[in-house]
Amino acid sequence: MAYDKFDILTSSVVPMPIENVDTDQIIPARFLKAVERKGFGDNLFRDWRYNSDDSPKEDFVLNNPVYSGKILAGGKNFGCGSSREHAAWAVYDYGFRCVVSSFFADIFSNNCLNIGVLPVTVSPEFLDHLYTEIEKDPATQVEVNLNTQKITMLSSGLQETFAINTYKKNNLLNGYDDIDYLMAMKDEIEEFATTRPF
Amino acid sequence: MTKALTLFDKVWDSHVVRRIEDGPDILFIDRHFIHEVTSPVAFLNMDKRGMSVIYPERTFATADHNTPTIDQHLPVKDPLSAMQLQALESNSAKNGISHWGLGHKKNGIVHVVGPENGITLPSMTIVCGDSHTSTHGAFGAIAFGIGTSEVEMVLASQCIMQTKPKKMRIEINGQLSESVVPKDVILYVISKISASGGTGHFVEYAGEVFENMSMEGRMTVCNMSIEMGARGGIIAPDNKAIEYLKGREYAPKGEAWDKLETYWATLRTDEGAEYDIVHTFDAADIEPMITYGTNPGLGIGISKAIPSPTDVMDGQASYEKSLVYMGFNVGEQMVGKHVDYVFMGSCTNGRIEDFRQFAKVVKGKQKADNVTAWLVPGSQKVEAKIREEGILDILTEAGFKLRQPGCSACLAMNDDKVPAGKYAVSTSNRNFEGRQGPGARTMLASPLVAAAAAVTGVVTDPRELIN
Ligand code: SF4
Repeated sequence: MAYDKFDILTSSVVPMPIENVDTDQIIPARFLKAVERKGFGDNLFRDWRYNSDDSPKEDFVLNNPVYSGKILAGGKNFGCGSSREHAAWAVYDYGFRCVVSSFFADIFSNNCLNIGVLPVTVSPEFLDHLYTEIEKDPATQVEVNLNTQKITMLSSGLQETFAINTYKKNNLLNGYDDIDYLMAMKDEIEEFATTRPF
Repeated sequence: MTKALTLFDKVWDSHVVRRIEDGPDILFIDRHFIHEVTSPVAFLNMDKRGMSVIYPERTFATADHNTPTIDQHLPVKDPLSAMQLQALESNSAKNGISHWGLGHKKNGIVHVVGPENGITLPSMTIVCGDSHTSTHGAFGAIAFGIGTSEVEMVLASQCIMQTKPKKMRIEINGQLSESVVPKDVILYVISKISASGGTGHFVEYAGEVFENMSMEGRMTVCNMSIEMGARGGIIAPDNKAIEYLKGREYAPKGEAWDKLETYWATLRTDEGAEYDIVHTFDAADIEPMITYGTNPGLGIGISKAIPSPTDVMDGQASYEKSLVYMGFNVGEQMVGKHVDYVFMGSCTNGRIEDFRQFAKVVKGKQKADNVTAWLVPGSQKVEAKIREEGILDILTEAGFKLRQPGCSACLAMNDDKVPAGKYAVSTSNRNFEGRQGPGARTMLASPLVAAAAAVTGVVTDPRELIN
């Protein structure tokens, strides 16, 4: 899946201080019936975002015009549950390029990296600080620099380094994906396959 | 001296084609399962790039997530579901992949049919675009769920890129008490270490409880490893695992099998091998379990009351949100809570042993009038056994109907949806908000607890009905 390169992102942040946000909330199963990757952003957080008659729920953060931006900040264990990549697609298609949390579920964070969304794991203190700053000023800007692996609250200057392996970092910086890499080592794979006993 | 290795290390390391420095391992995948929901986009992208399936014989397709559980001989009504099923069939045909569509003798939930047909074997790596792929770990395989981009990678290259997870050991010794079944064991573990307690880790289950457990029980346990955030779970392949698989259709035969048996016997964790985390529990502390919240970590012994926020490992705000959604309050007893729906099935508890347990409780009793019960076998073969063993007669006499195989109300993509606000006791694996239908309220439990609820109409301790 080709995606835009990621370098430095400066944006306001949409806060979602809820723990254990599972992928069934991010995109409910009944919206997985597509055979193409299209329109998933419309159903991002569908049941938190809309009433059953499709009218928006006013108290939900995505329906609050005060909050916007390309960064979503979620609580601990963000993206747990189902492995559906559709959850990452929905996040991307809605317009987020980066998700910040103090703790990500494994499959979700893999899926994000595979489609060009950067998951940034910060300390619980940083996340709390971020929420406080947004509460003071919803337009407060955060800078995510993939090159230096730093996330910075521009209002306060608070900064943290985040981890990402070099391989994935290069992929994101250049817009590459894993398939190209794997296809280039086909001979090696074919040779390995002959050693499998089944 | 060579380094002491865990079972997980041995299987993982034997599949590494290449290691990328400060990057993931390139892992060779022995078996790949696909279904209609997470594969169409992968095939579409492959077409766009002009790529073909490298080893079609290593991939198996079954229709399960989206399928109706009645009238499977008729055309599928929902046009979107029908389109996904059609895409699975044509993509499989085009690429030479075995496809078990609706009504096929081997059709069923992907994690039920894999072991049932001997496709799953010890020492394999197995992936599928479904997080409960961890089920296959019961046989000593490394099995885990992947996203659609990874489905594409496996189809095209038979490999994926994964950073090796850390290692966790969960050891439970002692004897389980009466009416405590594998589902209770895993719900208990998750309630102790929380829905995120296993994140970043691969779990090895060890100790007497797992040694004494049947293969189907082990599958139930490994299935729910993901519900504590773990990548997967694995259990050493002993004679029980080997006996279970021997002679099944896709299992190797004769000399090839004997050789494998010898190899599999070496798949034990070495003395002194290290884990990043070890949890030890006592079997005697486990009672029949039920969940009361909206993640699988929010479970308690059925005789207990809903704990206060300070006693659980969830954030307070999330915990309160969860109880509001469920319509429950701190301090309330679970026993006696009203039940509208009972779902018996899924890749967690949709096998023959599960139906035997269910039948044991409902035998000679009647389904409660206020309960709608969905009894959904995990596969065609399970359904056939239910008939053969006379279980269907017991169920019918008790006022229950049997549906046809599929995922059904586990994720409610088909018509089997619990209506908003209604309470379901479910043998599936997830109690997330809306998982069983928008607004549905799910209590996860074992087949015994589900059966007890189905005949009494309220949450009931199965021990009161059995003896
Ligand atoms: S039964 Fe549920 S968990 Fe199992 S494969 Fe189907 S949807 Fe996934």
